[in-house]
Amino acid sequence: MNAATWRGLAAAVALLAPGALFAQSTLDAVRAKGFVQCGVNTGLAGFSQPDSKGVWRGLDVDLCRAVAAAVFGDASKVRFTPLTAQQRFTALQSGEVDVLARNTTWTITRDTSLGLNFVGVNFYDGQGFMVHRKLNVKSAKQLNGATICVQPGTTTELNLADYFRANRMTFKPVVIEKLEEVLNAYFAGRCDVFTTDVSGLVSVRGSRAPNPADHVILPEVISKEPLGPAVRHGDDRWFDVVKWTLFAMIEAEEMGLTSKNIDQALASKDPAVQRFVGATGDIGKMLGLDNRWAFNIVKQVGNYGESFEANLAPLGFERGLNQLWNKGGLLYAPPIR
Amino acid sequence: MRRALLVQAALVAAVALAIGWFWYNAAHNLETRKIASGFAFLAREAGFEIGETSGLAYSAADTYLRALAIGLANTFRVAAIGVVLATVLGVLLGLARLAPNWLLARLAGAYVEFVRNVPLVVQLFFWYALISENLPGPREALEPLPGVYLTNRGIFFPLPGSRPELVGFNFEGGGALSPEFAALLVGLTTYTAAFIAEIVRAGVLSVPRGQRDAARSLGMSERQALSYVVLPLALRAIVPPLTSQYLNLTKNSSLAVAIGYPDLVSIANTTINQTGQAIEGIAIIMAVYLTLSLSISAFMNWYNRRVALKGVRA
Repeated sequence: MNAATWRGLAAAVALLAPGALFAQSTLDAVRAKGFVQCGVNTGLAGFSQPDSKGVWRGLDVDLCRAVAAAVFGDASKVRFTPLTAQQRFTALQSGEVDVLARNTTWTITRDTSLGLNFVGVNFYDGQGFMVHRKLNVKSAKQLNGATICVQPGTTTELNLADYFRANRMTFKPVVIEKLEEVLNAYFAGRCDVFTTDVSGLVSVRGSRAPNPADHVILPEVISKEPLGPAVRHGDDRWFDVVKWTLFAMIEAEEMGLTSKNIDQALASKDPAVQRFVGATGDIGKMLGLDNRWAFNIVKQVGNYGESFEANLAPLGFERGLNQLWNKGGLLYAPPIR
Repeated sequence: MRRALLVQAALVAAVALAIGWFWYNAAHNLETRKIASGFAFLAREAGFEIGETSGLAYSAADTYLRALAIGLANTFRVAAIGVVLATVLGVLLGLARLAPNWLLARLAGAYVEFVRNVPLVVQLFFWYALISENLPGPREALEPLPGVYLTNRGIFFPLPGSRPELVGFNFEGGGALSPEFAALLVGLTTYTAAFIAEIVRAGVLSVPRGQRDAARSLGMSERQALSYVVLPLALRAIVPPLTSQYLNLTKNSSLAVAIGYPDLVSIANTTINQTGQAIEGIAIIMAVYLTLSLSISAFMNWYNRRVALKGVRA
C-alpha cells in the first residue's frame, strides 16, 4: 500500500474511535502538547520547502510559524508534516495536523463536505500550463491531443478535464501523486504539458527544471485558485485564532509595521497601532491568547509583505493580485478592533 | 459440548458488539464534523480523465462508479497478463536452475537472488525510468520494425486495418502499450517469476529420485521421464504455493500508483480525495481485492483438486 492509502486507512480508523477524542478544543490540545502541528507541501519552493540547512521556508511555512507565535509567543514551537495533495485532507480530518497550510484551493465542495473550514486566502492563484519550448506551442487552445502530466486529488485535475471538455479538445492524462515523480515524467518528455497553479509552475520552473529557458508558461489562466489555510470544522475558537493570525500579517503590512520597526511601535501614539501591539485593549484575550499575540507574529515572523519578499520574490513572483487592496490587489483584512 | 456452544455464542456476540461500537462511533464522528458519508457519491459525475481504459468507454462526464470500474479493469488486465507471463518465465527459470549446464544454472540462480531481493517498487521506478527517460519523443520515434514505434509515450504497433501514425503531439491508430502499463507489467512479471522459479525448482526436487530412475528403466528418455512422470508429480507440490504468488502479483499491482498507472487503487485514491469519503473508498478497495483474491484462490483450489492423485491424501 502506498502512503496515501495508509493515511486513508489511518483516517478511517481514527473515525472509528470515540467522539471524545475530538471533543477537546484544538487550542487546549495544542497548548498541552507545546507545539502547533502544521501540514505543509512536501516541497514547493516559495511555499514550503526545507532549505540547505533543513529549515522549512515559505509563505505557508511562515503562516504556521505565525500561529505558533500567536499561541506561544514563540514562532519556533511548530512542527511540520509534509503532505502530498492526496494525503492533506485526511491528515487534517484525522487530527494528525492542527492547521493545513499547503497551497490548497478553497472550493465550496471542500468547505462543505470534507469536514474542514478555510480561514481565508494567503495567495490568489490560477491554473496554467507549462510546455516544452521546442513544441512551439503559443496558446492552450493548441493543446488538442496533448499528453498532460498532473497530480491526482487536486482541483487542477478537475479544471483540466472541464477546460478540454468546454473547448471540445481531448488529452491524455498521466497522473502521478509525488511531485518529484510527476516532474521527472514531464522533464523526461513523457508529457507535452505540465499543469498546476501558475505559482507552482513558476516555482518548479525556477527551482527544478534542468534548464528553465526550455519551458514556456502559456498565457491562459483557466481557473480561480484562491489558496488558503484550513482547520477542522466545528472548532470555532481555533478557527478564529488561525483566521486572525492571517489577518494580522496582512493588517501589519497595511499599517506599515514590520519585524524591524515593531519594537518602536510599542511606544506609538496611534491608537490603532496601540491596539494591534496589545499596549491597549484586550483583543488578545478575546481570542484566548496573550495580548501581545499580533506583536509576536510581526516581531518573529514579519508581515505578509516581508514573507512574500523573502520567499516568493527571489523566484520571480510579482505581487499582482496578492497586493494590498489599497495598492491594486485583493488582500484585505477586516479591522482589528 | 453445551459449554463450548456457549463460549462460541459469547465470542460471536463480542465481535458483533465491537463492530457495532465502531460503526456507531464512525457515524457519530462523521456527523459531528460534517463529513459526507454513504455511497451516494458513486452516482455523481467524476469530472476527471483517465489515461487508459482497457478498451472501455470513459469520459470525465461519467460517474465515480464507472471510473472505479475502469480502475478495476486496468488492475485486472495487468494482473491477468502478468500471471500468464510470470508463470511461463518462472517455469523456464526454475527448470534452468536444475539444468545440468553449469552456466545456465548459475545465471538462473543469480537472476532469482538478485530480483527477489530488490524491493518491487524500486524495480518499477527502474523500468519506468528506462522507458520514459531513454526512449525518444514521438517526433523522433525509433522504428525497429516497419510500423512499430518505440517512444517515451509508449510502444505503438500496427493492428489489422490500422497503422499508428504521427498526428500532432502523438501517434494515433494501431495498438499501443503505455509506458506505465509496460513498466508495471515487466516489473510484476520479472519479480514474481523469480519466486515461481524457486517453487518450480522445489517441486521438481520433491519428486523422489526413484520415480525418475523407474521411468528411465522402463525405457523412457530423459525428456519423456521429465514430462510424463516428474512434472506431473511435481505439479501437486507446485500448485498450492503458486496460488499465493498469483495473489501476490495481483495485490502488488496496486504499486501502480507510484508510476502513474491508473489501477483501482489509483482511481480510488483520487475518488477519496475529491469526495473526502475515506471510509467508503478504503472499504471499496478492500472489498474488491478480497473478491479478486478469493476468486483466484477458489479457481486454484479447484485446479489443485483436479490434478491431485485420486485416492491419495495430500
